[in-house]
Amino acid sequence: MKILVPIKRVIDANVRVHVKSDGSGVETANIKMAMNPFCEIAVEEAIRIKEAGHASEIIVITIGTSQCQDILRSGLAMGADRAILIETEAELQPLAIAKLLKAIVERQSPQLVILGKQAIDDDNNQTGQMLSALLGWAQGTFASKVVFNDGNVEVTREIDGGLETVSLQLPAIVTTDLRLNEPRYIKLPNIMKAKKKPLDILCPDDLGIDVNSRLKVLSIEQPAKRAAGIKLADVQELMDKLKNEAKVI
Amino acid sequence: MTAYTAPVRDMKFVIEELADLSLINQLPGLQDATADLVEQILEQASRMGSEVLAPINQSGDQHGVTFKQGNVYAPPGFKDAYQTFVESGWPALSFDPDRGGQGLPEMIATAVNEIWQSANMAWSLCPMLTEGAVITLETHALKTIKDLYLPKLISGEWTCTMNLTESQAGSDLAAIKTRATQEGDHYLITGQKIFITWGDHDLSENILHLVLARLADAPPGIKGISLFLVPKFLVSPDGSLGERNDVYPVSIEHKLGIHASPTCVMSFGDQHGAIGYLVGEEHNGLACMFTMMNHARLAVAVQSLGISERAYQQALAYAKERVQGKSNTQQGRVTIIHHPDVRRMLMLMKAGTEAMRALCYVTATSLDYSNRTEDEAFKTKHLQLFALLTPAVKGWCTELAQEITSLGIQIHGGMGYIEETGAAQHLRDARITTIYEGTTGIQAQDLTDRKIIRDNGKTISSLLDTMRETADSLSQLDDNNSTIIHSHYTEAIEALAQAVSWLLDNYKDDINAPGSISYDFMMLTGTVCGGWQMARSAIVAHNKLNDASESHKDFYRTKQMTARFYAEHILPRASSYLKTILTGSESIMAINTDQF
Ligand SMILES: Cc1cc2nc3c(=O)[nH]c(=O)nc-3n(C[C@H](O)[C@H](O)[C@H](O)COP(=O)(O)OP(=O)(O)OC[C@H]3O[C@@H](n4cnc5c(N)ncnc54)[C@H](O)[C@@H]3O)c2cc1C
Repeated sequence: MKILVPIKRVIDANVRVHVKSDGSGVETANIKMAMNPFCEIAVEEAIRIKEAGHASEIIVITIGTSQCQDILRSGLAMGADRAILIETEAELQPLAIAKLLKAIVERQSPQLVILGKQAIDDDNNQTGQMLSALLGWAQGTFASKVVFNDGNVEVTREIDGGLETVSLQLPAIVTTDLRLNEPRYIKLPNIMKAKKKPLDILCPDDLGIDVNSRLKVLSIEQPAKRAAGIKLADVQELMDKLKNEAKVI
Repeated sequence: MTAYTAPVRDMKFVIEELADLSLINQLPGLQDATADLVEQILEQASRMGSEVLAPINQSGDQHGVTFKQGNVYAPPGFKDAYQTFVESGWPALSFDPDRGGQGLPEMIATAVNEIWQSANMAWSLCPMLTEGAVITLETHALKTIKDLYLPKLISGEWTCTMNLTESQAGSDLAAIKTRATQEGDHYLITGQKIFITWGDHDLSENILHLVLARLADAPPGIKGISLFLVPKFLVSPDGSLGERNDVYPVSIEHKLGIHASPTCVMSFGDQHGAIGYLVGEEHNGLACMFTMMNHARLAVAVQSLGISERAYQQALAYAKERVQGKSNTQQGRVTIIHHPDVRRMLMLMKAGTEAMRALCYVTATSLDYSNRTEDEAFKTKHLQLFALLTPAVKGWCTELAQEITSLGIQIHGGMGYIEETGAAQHLRDARITTIYEGTTGIQAQDLTDRKIIRDNGKTISSLLDTMRETADSLSQLDDNNSTIIHSHYTEAIEALAQAVSWLLDNYKDDINAPGSISYDFMMLTGTVCGGWQMARSAIVAHNKLNDASESHKDFYRTKQMTARFYAEHILPRASSYLKTILTGSESIMAINTDQF
């Protein structure tokens, strides 16, 4: 069985993000980039599934500029077998990504696609679900546990009320939550080996997909600063303020 | 706890622009070491440093080491961290691929070692010593010893120590008394060593001690010392561990810093003699040990670089957070980074650290060139350059680290003096670097006597020429910063040139001259070499700033200003060192010992 793991290059989680002065987006020039943390969890899970003998090959894929090769190399160094870059300068939205991934799935025929539930830049939380709908495959989103049971995969999902376990028939889509696993430290010998693993580069046109945006960003702003709090004398005063000033009770 | 992030951007700058990775990877066997690979290695090492090693730095300092029933135990978390380190394959980085190494350049190993040292200096001493021992065994041991021991050392499964010091033999190793007697195919070692770093611990299943000892028929002095490999557990020919050897820790020291690094008194042969194997030839041990010491001297310089970087990161974070006083340019109370005097301290820390980094990495390239080139003349040139630079770099970096880690405390004000803050630990940890692997005094003497006087100033003259070439390139640039840097830099180069001439002219007539001026001479050399690297940085920065396609302009603007700060605030020290040198020995040696 093949596993496809789509991953995204985002601003490193430790970097403080600034909005561009013209409000057109966030500053990304010369900023440290890294693999989206949820995607790292997805790669880790795929490797664990392979190590447990349920998969024979892991393909990592990303869609973006040629610089995105660095996260593919990281995925290869973690343990993926080969990589695909769909190279484009365009800023793509989840639907376009899902369509491109669908085309790749049709070419590569994996039985399982594992994605991060969301990317920490735009927090869309859509790509996995859209891909599932486009392919007509089962989906287990927000996974905190993944177990293989002959031909089925049981996914424990983190939902508002607690945990829900679903059983999916393969082929299927899984999206990862933070508690699924802790990604391994990349080993030095594997960094060296990753350099020699295959990395194919395609462009959206090769796949015949229209990646035009359906959405227009009007502006991006820094969240409003929180005003300083005030100290109240007692609960009585608090109740009074909640009722009469905030009018929430 | 204080956070640490490896300064990957600056490391990459030094590696690519100053240490010329693109030339290094043309050397035989190094073609894999490309910029993108190196970046990945630095990123992953950074992660290991900040997530695994840095979090146990302060707790290790507070907990310290435990000595219980003849065994030494590292602080909590140290063993797990070591396990992760070994499993991740880091110990093998620069070693021979035929023995399980990754065959990467020494220069890259130096950069990666900086990360370990910044993250946790006490912990990093253990792999640092092992690395030096591998190089020593690789160079001097018999094939049978190499085959049996090296793979486990390269993988990091076993660790190594360096046993030179005895109570009566510190700087002066000629006084070593530990004895060795031949018995069949091995030797029996008896004696006591003191101050042995990581002499015993629970991180690895076996520990190999490299021990200097004297054979019965040995000539007196340093020509009668031999080097032996003494395993904690004897190793069978199939590599499995056998009996416990007769070598034991007797006690551990209570120290100013590096609390998490055990410093042991080691006793050899209390019961029946510790079994040891000769490394290199009989009576030639000191020469073999020098392979290890030279490696360790650069490694200690890197250690002082690492601890300076850590102190800077912590001071910078505090300066951006602490609100105190008002500034001339801003409304209301400000964070202290707005005060010019705090800026001065931060700039000194930053410029000093960056100069050390450049100098350490560039010095390490001489190892790569001399190890790998097929051109004999080029090889000799780099061997001589490395020999010259080693004491200057070790001496200057470790002394500068005292100033930088001290400023780290100063920027914190009163909080810096409070242990909980963590700034004081860096100063306490840094303090050992000017002492072990040869004190500052010993480095200075090595530089003046063996590296300048002995070759009649030949190597340093050719280094001075190289530095003047950099000055010429700088003088061609038409921006104000380059002009200012050029003026301070040329003055400093000529100060060093004058000091060299003075030393060569005066050492014969005044036998106390070299010893009296050697410290200032060493500091002068280090300061100017640091200035040389900062001048090279300024040239790169100038070119990048004039290159329209360059997008990292901010980085290069900062680099240029840092080089200018170095020129204006640190390089003038060169003239002051020179002034002192020219006074010779008189005021130092005039009063007799009773007059003190
Ligand atoms: C924490 C720690 C860890 C150590 N780890 C190890 C280890 O792993 N293995 C090991 O073998 N040793 C180790 N050492 C020992 C260390 O290398 C010695 O302490 C050091 O070399 C100095 O020797 P000494 O202490 O005998 O000082 P001394 O040699 O007595 O020096 C005292 C002072 O005199 C000066 N001096 C001495 N001789 C001269 C001279 N000829 N000319 C000018 N000045 C001179 C020195 O510079 C110094 O300022 C360690 C020491 C410490 C404190």
